[in-house]
Amino acid sequence: MIESRTHAAAALFRRDMKLAFRRLGESLLPLFFLFTVIVLIPLGVGPGPNLLSRMAPGMVWVAALLASLLALEHLFRPDLEDGTLEQWFVGERAVYARVMARLLSHWLVTGLPVIVFSPLAAEMLNLPRHALGTLIVSLVIGTPALSLLGGLAASLTLSTRGASVLLSILIFPLIVPLVIFATGAVSMAADSLDPGAHLGLLAAFTILSLTLAPIGIAAALRMNLE
Amino acid sequence: MSLLLETSRLEFHRYGQPVFRPLELDLQSGRAIVLTGPNGVGKTTLLRLLAGILAPVRGSLKHHGEIAFVGHLPAIKGDLTCRENLAYERHVGPPGLDMAEALARVGLAGLGSRPGRALSAGQKRRLGLARLLVRETPTWLLDEPYASLDDAGCSVVDELIGEHLDDGGGVVLATHQRHPRVDAQRLDNITLEFAPVRDAS
Repeated sequence: MIESRTHAAAALFRRDMKLAFRRLGESLLPLFFLFTVIVLIPLGVGPGPNLLSRMAPGMVWVAALLASLLALEHLFRPDLEDGTLEQWFVGERAVYARVMARLLSHWLVTGLPVIVFSPLAAEMLNLPRHALGTLIVSLVIGTPALSLLGGLAASLTLSTRGASVLLSILIFPLIVPLVIFATGAVSMAADSLDPGAHLGLLAAFTILSLTLAPIGIAAALRMNLE
Repeated sequence: MSLLLETSRLEFHRYGQPVFRPLELDLQSGRAIVLTGPNGVGKTTLLRLLAGILAPVRGSLKHHGEIAFVGHLPAIKGDLTCRENLAYERHVGPPGLDMAEALARVGLAGLGSRPGRALSAGQKRRLGLARLLVRETPTWLLDEPYASLDDAGCSVVDELIGEHLDDGGGVVLATHQRHPRVDAQRLDNITLEFAPVRDAS
């Protein structure tokens, strides 16, 4: 039983990755987005290094957030429309495992590229070098929560009209603590203070969403099939 | 003969009203149940209930063994080729026929590397049927399997159902146009009826 669930989830993950590569342009959109934000901000607010380095943690995080949000619209909707989503619920029901597989592929497309390119972004925004490690750690801990909470909002608004507006409104209060803890940690590190407390809270927040969000997503998806 | 599907007093409600009269439905291996009834009586709803996509409001439902559901939506990814679409299906459950064989069986031989979006409605339907063959599933739930198929396609459906019943499988299908042309001894008919509308007050 457990084995068949892992099989179902692994098959879904492989197919999602194949689809992501087949629509490479669409998959790279979040990354282009990150770059646009990072490049335009210094042009917009002026190149004062102190100003930029104060803003850097927030900017990188907001870019990560927007990149994640950008792909949410397509997280479950195509599957709802072509009928593959209802197949998740047929018979053996590895729904929870499949939700996790789908969220993992969302994170690989939206979260991981941001982490990989964050050193470059940090350099462009003149973040103090000694804070770079904390920025990366905060992204590693925090971006999975973006996928989890985003997935929850996406599943709840799946069959609503004007879903993208509702989705943004829904996700907003959920991610406020995330952004506060994450940017708090990086700012502390930039000021050469210990970011441990903030990172700990960030991790607790991610673990909480890891435990609750997939259950909520599975239930919300099923509701949308009625 | 073994039991594949058992239900007792199955009910589903929409907008607070029961959709069809509560019904008993037991599917034996080697038999097919044909669901008929007027539009809107809940044939699709019943099949989705049996598949487990919907949860019954009342009554119970028991599956014995794997289930495959082919609904109105083809469950095909347009960006993947026919073969890749089937490969996914094959990995989900215990494997059945080989992919090329399954494609040939439904009349899509040689189209294995064509992307799903390039298929016509009837071809998508056929690919949907091929999904049934690449996995070993005793219970098939088919919603309007003859829709958008030509005569040859309809006979393929009949053949597939006939062979599946011979192999000891069971089929529940909803249909308007035609009944499966298989051994009539193996068919059971269930006509769904509208549930009496309850007064909301």
